[in-house]
Amino acid sequence: MGRMTFIEHDGTRHEVEIEADKSLMQHAADNMVPGIDADCGGECACGTCHVIVDEQWFGKTGAINSNEKQMLEMTPEGAPTSRLACQIEVTDALDGLVVHLPEFQM
Amino acid sequence: MSHSPSQSDENQVCVIIGASHAAAQLATSLRQQGWSGPIRMIGDEGGLPYQRPPLSKAFLCGEKDADSLIIRPSAFYEKHEIEFIPGRVTAIDRVAKTLTLADGSEQHYDKLALCTGTRVIRLPIQGANLGGVHYLRTLADVEGIRRELPDSGRVVIIGGGYIGLETAASLRKQGIDVVVLEMAERVLQRVTAPEVSAFYQRMHSEAGVTIETGTMVAAFEGEERVERVVCADGRFYPADMVIVGIGVRPNSELADAAGLEIDNGIVVDEYCQTQDPDIVAAGDCANQWDPRSGQRRRLESVPNAVEQAKTAAATLCGEKIPQISLPWFWSDQYDLKLQMAGLNQGYDQVVIRGTADSGCSFAAFYFQQGQLIAADCINRAPEFMLAKKLLSQKQTADMTRLADEAIPVKQLMAELTTSS
Ligand SMILES: Cc1cc2nc3c(=O)[nH]c(=O)nc-3n(C[C@H](O)[C@H](O)[C@H](O)COP(=O)(O)OP(=O)(O)OC[C@H]3O[C@@H](n4cnc5c(N)ncnc54)[C@H](O)[C@@H]3O)c2cc1C
Ligand code: FES
Repeated sequence: MGRMTFIEHDGTRHEVEIEADKSLMQHAADNMVPGIDADCGGECACGTCHVIVDEQWFGKTGAINSNEKQMLEMTPEGAPTSRLACQIEVTDALDGLVVHLPEFQM
Repeated sequence: MSHSPSQSDENQVCVIIGASHAAAQLATSLRQQGWSGPIRMIGDEGGLPYQRPPLSKAFLCGEKDADSLIIRPSAFYEKHEIEFIPGRVTAIDRVAKTLTLADGSEQHYDKLALCTGTRVIRLPIQGANLGGVHYLRTLADVEGIRRELPDSGRVVIIGGGYIGLETAASLRKQGIDVVVLEMAERVLQRVTAPEVSAFYQRMHSEAGVTIETGTMVAAFEGEERVERVVCADGRFYPADMVIVGIGVRPNSELADAAGLEIDNGIVVDEYCQTQDPDIVAAGDCANQWDPRSGQRRRLESVPNAVEQAKTAAATLCGEKIPQISLPWFWSDQYDLKLQMAGLNQGYDQVVIRGTADSGCSFAAFYFQQGQLIAADCINRAPEFMLAKKLLSQKQTADMTRLADEAIPVKQLMAELTTSS
């Protein structure tokens, strides 16, 4: 089974196992990865599941809808490879994925 | 993070009454904060905590199934040794520290968390018990609605609040004829400015939903199933189904009977503590003291339930962190995403960015004596993020500049970051 890595702002790493039919946000929640608040439970409404995807993986994380894009543009710690974790559908193609967590969610 | 309970006893039992948004977060936060004793969550809906918001949105539209609503899978609770007990608590004995369940069994607790939420207000009118009259609060409610939903025909919705309007949009999208009857002079009257109400009335009427405001419902008529909704002024509306969404009441009877203070919900301080040092309350059922406004408030939203649950868990672990997070809420209707930040009660001025009377995107900023207190943002995620930032930093904004669309939100945000 595949694995993914979340790296907290302070460098703490969390490896999680890929489970089918779950978003990246849900993977973080189910594995108690701190630093992803996900206040809206994945409805693309809160912007508190911000992650910065490792550059080499960014292209594999799927399309960004306009709502997500607008929220990301306003995120203080936004980067060119920022995503909302609830909008990333995890498949085996993401085996090895590395994402970084911002210092704060807003 | 690894803070252990102040009492050294590692086997202290924490029982959570209720198994929904607040309970799921509270149990998780307890473990995160180092609670090592048993955690038991007792819920009367039969299953594990699930997401309620999609009930009137994607789930009602048939775009999501029940399994996908679950907040966390059973494996999660097993792994973290959080036990779910299906059942209904009928009494709390605060002296013996035991709970009685409906089946007669008892549960001991050392610490107790009340996450009992709210229940719908029923319409006490003639015909209220006819078939086809529904309420919308639980998964079982919506499964019942979906089973009976007519392929065509007409659904009459009583109540033009968020749940009524979301339900109207979800049904209309499926080609059903929808009429919304609202007692007040405008929809969303209790929660938004007239501009926002008028906007939603326009969007619904463009989608083909009939909205009748200032309309008091007097009776449901029919043989075994509802066939007609009769109004106080004599008008009537044929109906194949009725869905009532006129508000909720806190489930505070259990706490009341146990002698805890009740006032529009279970009274708690900023740490989610009741008067009993061993009992906390969180979520829709809690009426919390807000030191910043000097008032109590009982909110009905997922973010509030989650934030209070985190605070309550910290309190139970002996770490007192006051809850001062910014209230926010969202609502999805058609392709409209409404995101609200702050609380607008007591506003004296509204500033609109964009146009509310045409198109489908604008933001309404609420001010009280020149201070920004809240914002409703429709398909305006950038404005929502700006409002969250302004409000959480207790900053206000220049009204003319906010209303001026020539100034990009990004620029307003950048000015803020540098000036703070
Ligand atoms: C259709 C709908 C749409 C919504 N949409 C949104 C939205 O878009 N955004 C948003 O922020 N909020 C929304 N809400 C509100 C949100 O769902 C609530 O604020 C949230 O569910 C509160 O969580 P809670 O855990 O405090 O209480 P509840 O969800 O009410 O859960 C309390 C649970 O405790 C159980 N219980 C009560 N008493 C007992 C007892 N004695 N023994 C055992 N169990 C008991 C109840 O049966 C219930 O399962 C919506 C609500 C509904 C109904
Ligand atoms: S969880 Fe709220 S936007 Fe992703």
